[in-house]
Amino acid sequence: MSEYIIKNGNVFDPVQGIKGDKKDIAIKDGKIVDKVGSGAKVIDASGKTVMAGAVEIHAHIAGPKVNLGRIYRPEDKLFSCTPTKGMERMGGGASIPTTFKTGYEYAKMGYTTAMEAAMPPMFAKHVHEEIRDTPIIDEGAFPVFGNNWFVLEYLKNHEIENTAAYIAWMLRVTKGYAVKVVNPGGTEAWAWGLNCLSVNDPVPYFDITPAEIVKGLIEANEYLGLPHSMHIHPNNLGNPGCYQTTLDTLRLAEGMKANNKFGRESVMHLTHSQFHAYKGTNWGDFESGAKEITDYVNKNKNITIDTGNVTLDETTTMTADGPFEHHLTGLNNLKWANCDVELETAAGVVPYIYSPNISVCAIQWAIGLEIPLMMKDPMRCYITTDHPNAGPFTRYPRVIKWLMSTKARETQINAFKHKDKVLSQTSIGSLDKELSLYELAQMTRAGPAKSLGLGGMCGGLKPGMDADVAVYNFNPDKPVADPEDIEKAFSRCAAVFKSGVQVVSNGEIVSTGNKRTLWVNAKVNDNPQVMRDINEKFLKYYSITQANYEALGHHFVPNPYALEVDATHV
Amino acid sequence: METVTITMKNLPALYLEADTITPDSFAGKTAAQIAELPVYEGNVATTLGKYFEINGGAGATAADTKIIVKGDVRKVKYLGFKMSAGEMVIEGSTDLYVGAWMTGGKILAKGNVEGFAATAMKGGELTIEGNAGNYLGAAYRGDWRGMSGGKILVKGNAGSDVGMYMTGGEIVINGNVDVHLMTHAEGGKTIVKGNTQSKLGGQMVDGTIIIYGSIETMTPGFKPNGEVELEVDGVKGKFAHFIGDMGERHKKKKGAVVYANLYKKI
Ligand SMILES: [Zn+2]
Repeated sequence: MSEYIIKNGNVFDPVQGIKGDKKDIAIKDGKIVDKVGSGAKVIDASGKTVMAGAVEIHAHIAGPKVNLGRIYRPEDKLFSCTPTKGMERMGGGASIPTTFKTGYEYAKMGYTTAMEAAMPPMFAKHVHEEIRDTPIIDEGAFPVFGNNWFVLEYLKNHEIENTAAYIAWMLRVTKGYAVKVVNPGGTEAWAWGLNCLSVNDPVPYFDITPAEIVKGLIEANEYLGLPHSMHIHPNNLGNPGCYQTTLDTLRLAEGMKANNKFGRESVMHLTHSQFHAYKGTNWGDFESGAKEITDYVNKNKNITIDTGNVTLDETTTMTADGPFEHHLTGLNNLKWANCDVELETAAGVVPYIYSPNISVCAIQWAIGLEIPLMMKDPMRCYITTDHPNAGPFTRYPRVIKWLMSTKARETQINAFKHKDKVLSQTSIGSLDKELSLYELAQMTRAGPAKSLGLGGMCGGLKPGMDADVAVYNFNPDKPVADPEDIEKAFSRCAAVFKSGVQVVSNGEIVSTGNKRTLWVNAKVNDNPQVMRDINEKFLKYYSITQANYEALGHHFVPNPYALEVDATHV
Repeated sequence: METVTITMKNLPALYLEADTITPDSFAGKTAAQIAELPVYEGNVATTLGKYFEINGGAGATAADTKIIVKGDVRKVKYLGFKMSAGEMVIEGSTDLYVGAWMTGGKILAKGNVEGFAATAMKGGELTIEGNAGNYLGAAYRGDWRGMSGGKILVKGNAGSDVGMYMTGGEIVINGNVDVHLMTHAEGGKTIVKGNTQSKLGGQMVDGTIIIYGSIETMTPGFKPNGEVELEVDGVKGKFAHFIGDMGERHKKKKGAVVYANLYKKI
C-alpha cells in the first residue's frame, strides 16, 4: 500500500489532545504511523484544517424504508440528479439519495464511517445489499429490538440472560452492530391501533411497560459488553411536552454502569434529542426544553446524545415509530406509507417541509442548535440531522456554520417570519457560544467513535489507528470574514483518506476505496431455550423459514469487519 | 422586444431534452452563443446549434426576448421550461413539458402539445391552439404541487388528469377532456366547454370545475346543492351545483366547511 504524508496542516485531534498544532500526519499500510519514508507522497495541508475522518452515529441511509421513500418520492429526484462523472456513477435524490450518491456525498464532506440507525431484522438482507452498494464509507446497521416479541416476552419476566442470548443470535444472523430501540412498546401497540406515550403505558397483550423494556435492554447490552450502548428513540417523539417523557426515559439509566472492553463509558444513547426536547401543551405555546434535557445529560455521565438538527429543508421523514408517522400525515396531509414487519417492528414514511415561515419549524431549528451549544462535554453530544428526518445529511456544513458562528445564527433568525416567537420560546438569541474546531472534532469524530466503541479504531489520528483523514480548505489562523466560508469549506474536502486510500482530491471522488461492513459477533453460552423459542416462532408465526432468514455470505456482506465480543465467561 | 427564430434543420434520432429553449437562457446572447447552449439527445450532451438554425438575437432580458420555433419539433421536450418572462411562439406540434414550471411570460403553441404541459405552472399564459395531452397543469409525478397560478387556454381537446393537484390559476378547454379532471385539487378553476368523462374532482378538497357539455359518469363523492346563476366570461347562465369530494378531508373557513364546487350547465 502507498505511503502518504500530510504536511503542515492545522491538526485537531481530541484523541491525542491536539488543538490546531501544525503537524504532519503519516500514513502507511492503511494506518496512521509515526513516520514514513522519503518516497511517501506529500499532501500539502499548510493553511488547511486536518481532522480524522468523521463518524456518523445515526442516519437512515440503507434498507426498505429508505427505499420506500425513494420509490414513492420521484419528485425528490426531480432537480437533483447528477450524471456519471469520472469515478462517479450517476446519482440522484435530495433527501433520499441513491446509494452511490450517499457514499460520495459523505466522503466529499470528510465522513468515513456511518451507522444505519434502524434495521428491521427480517429485512436485514435488503439493508446489507444497499450498504454493499454504498461506496467508500464503512457502515454498520442497528437492528431494532424495542418492539420485538421475543424481547417483550423475555423482559416481561426480566430474563436478562435469555434476552442477551437472543440479541447475540440476532446480531449474528442480521450482521447487526448495536441494540436500537424505537418508541419502545409503542410500535407494537400501534399494531393494536394504540401507542405508548409514556414510559409506564402498558403494551397491549404483552403486559409490559416501555420502562421495563428499556431497562432490560440496557442490562442485556451490558451483560454482553457490546461496543455501543443501547441506542434509543424514546416514546412520545415530537409532541409538545415530550421532554418529560424523555427525562423519564433518561432516568431509567440511573445507577447503570458500562461494561465493555471498547472504552465506551455510556449505557444509553439518546438519539435526535431535538425531537424529544419540547415543552408546552400545544403547538401554540410550543417551546424549547433544551435546557431541561441538557441539564440532566450534563450531570449524568453515562448518557450520550445526538442532536437531530432541523435544516429548514423539504425532506422525507421515516421511522420505525409507525404511530408517529400516522400522526404526522394527519398534521401535514402529505402522502403516508406504512408497513408492519411481522413479530419485529413497523415503519412509516411521510414527506415534510420545514418552512422558515412556520413558527414551529423555526423553534425546532433553534432547539437543535441550543442542545449542542448547552452541552458541557462535547465528547457526549454528536451532530446529526437524523437524516433524512430533520434534514438531509448533506446539510452538515450548514449546521456546522450555525454552530461556529453567532453571526450566521443571527442572519437566519432575522430571516424567520416569526422571529419574535423563536426568541421568546427558545434561548437561541442569548447563546453567544461559537463551537471551536476542537469541539467540532469531538462532536463529529472522537465522541461518536467512543460511544460506538470504535474509539481505538477511528475518530482520531493516533498512530496505530485506521488512516481515515479529512483535510479541509479552512485556515484556522485567519478570522472568518463571512460565515458562508465555513459552510463552503466543510462541504468539499481538499483531500480525504479512507483506511489509507485517498478517496477524495479537491472535492472530487478519486477512488471508491475499500468499504467494510462493521458488525458485532457476540459469543454467549449455549442457550437451548432461546434456540428452541426461535425455532418455534419461525414454525408458528413467521411467514419465512429460519433457513431463509440469515444475511449470509459474499452477496450481502462482501467485506465484513467483525468486532468480537466474548460473553461466555459470564 | 428582440426576436430569435430557431428552425429545426437536423431532426434528432432520439428525443431532444431542450430545457434551454427559453427567453431566460437566450437573454443577452447572440445567435452564435445561443447555438452553443447545452441540450441532451438521449443521454448524450450536445448543443442546440446541432439541430436548429438560429437567426436574430435575444433582448437584454427575458422580458425583451421573443422566440419563434419553426419546423418539426415533435421530438423536442421542455420548450419554455421554467420561463419567467418574454414570449414564445411554437408554430408546429411539440412534445412533453411545454411551459413546465413557468412563472411568467406567454407561450403560444399553434399545433398540439404532448403531456405534462405547464406542470406546476406558477404564472404567465399558455395558449394551445391544437390539442393538449394528459396531465395539463398537473403536479409532477409523485408531487402534490400542481398549477398554482397563471392561465391556460386550449382551443382543442385535452387528455386525462388535467389540473391534478391544482392549487390556483385557471384552465379553459374549448373542447372535450378525458377522465380525472382536477383530482386532488386544492384550488384554482377549470372550465370545460365540451364534454367530460368520469372521476371529475376525485379527492378534490377545494377549487372550481365548470362544465358546459356532458358528464359521462358523475363522481360519487359529489352531492347536489341546488341550482345557481353564474357569470362566466361575461355571459350569464344557469348551472346545477354540486359540492365534494365528500370522501375527502375539508378545511373550515369562518366556521363553515369549504368544499370543492362543480357546476354543470343546464
Ligand atoms: Zn432516526
